[in-house]
Amino acid sequence: MKAVILAVGVALSLASVTPDPAQSPGVVDTALEAATARVASQLRCPVCQGLSIQDSPTELAREMKDVVRDQLAAGRTPEEVKAYFVSKYGEWILLEPQPHGFNLAVYLLPIAALLGGGGVVAVAVRRWTRQGGSATDESAEEI
Amino acid sequence: MNWKRSLVAVLVVIPIVALFGYGLTRNPREIPSPLPGRPAPDFALMPMDAPSSGEEGVSAPSLPVRLSDHRGEVVVLNFWASWCIPCRDEHPALVAAAERYQPKGVIFYGVLYNDSPDAARRWLAEMGGQPYPTLLDPGSRTAIDYGLYGVPETFFIDREGKVVYKHIGPVTEAILTTRIEEILVGSPRGDA
Repeated sequence: MKAVILAVGVALSLASVTPDPAQSPGVVDTALEAATARVASQLRCPVCQGLSIQDSPTELAREMKDVVRDQLAAGRTPEEVKAYFVSKYGEWILLEPQPHGFNLAVYLLPIAALLGGGGVVAVAVRRWTRQGGSATDESAEEI
Repeated sequence: MNWKRSLVAVLVVIPIVALFGYGLTRNPREIPSPLPGRPAPDFALMPMDAPSSGEEGVSAPSLPVRLSDHRGEVVVLNFWASWCIPCRDEHPALVAAAERYQPKGVIFYGVLYNDSPDAARRWLAEMGGQPYPTLLDPGSRTAIDYGLYGVPETFFIDREGKVVYKHIGPVTEAILTTRIEEILVGSPRGDA
């Protein structure tokens, strides 16, 4: 019995080592796969550079995706699955920074830059039109 | 007009340069772990090899090893693989620390990470063995539970089952000694 358990354990670990895309026996739950892909594409692959675990072909990413799939299948919400990974790897694991604290800079700075740039353009345009306007006024007077 | 323009330029450039400078001081590959200070995730993992009972066929009891079985004990958990080069560097340090601290009640476990037991056994034979069991982690479930992103990583768990310290990369004997002594001194055996 013990030997059987061990053998199964070994077989499982071997199965997880060899990349086998057709590992899920029988029917593939497309809805679950889609949900898994959605969550996986929001999680950062720890051994890659800026890749999600959905896009990464590495062993660890695939195993993390398996965890995502299992947790979703067990009835956890995508938010709960992401929270699990955050509790293990920190917020770093989320590809998209959460909008709070210092992270807000990522969201607010572009808007601030856009407003600032718009202001600069507006001032410049007003200056040009005023110069242009006075110029035409002068030329009109000359005629 | 000119001084105004240079003032604006300076006000814009200095923060950006400062930000970039700050960025250079940080290691982008270092992942902050939320684990230290928190309870170590429990696991139930089969040992790669049953403790040798001597007799063939009557394989010694190979029950899953649970972290919760070691509540009240200091546990050093080392994730490793035979394909991991730095694991070769740290192996002698782990062996020495285990030989020194196991008699004092410190528990050592290896956890095999994305590796085949055969390759691991060959590696151990080549490296001169390991004075503590290595556990198998199918699907790297436990590794992910520990927020692992590579090997080697070593976790120091205190008597309350809390992760006190996580070491990324090869450990040295000095690190092992310092951390284990800290935990031993910090949480003297209450019961037992």
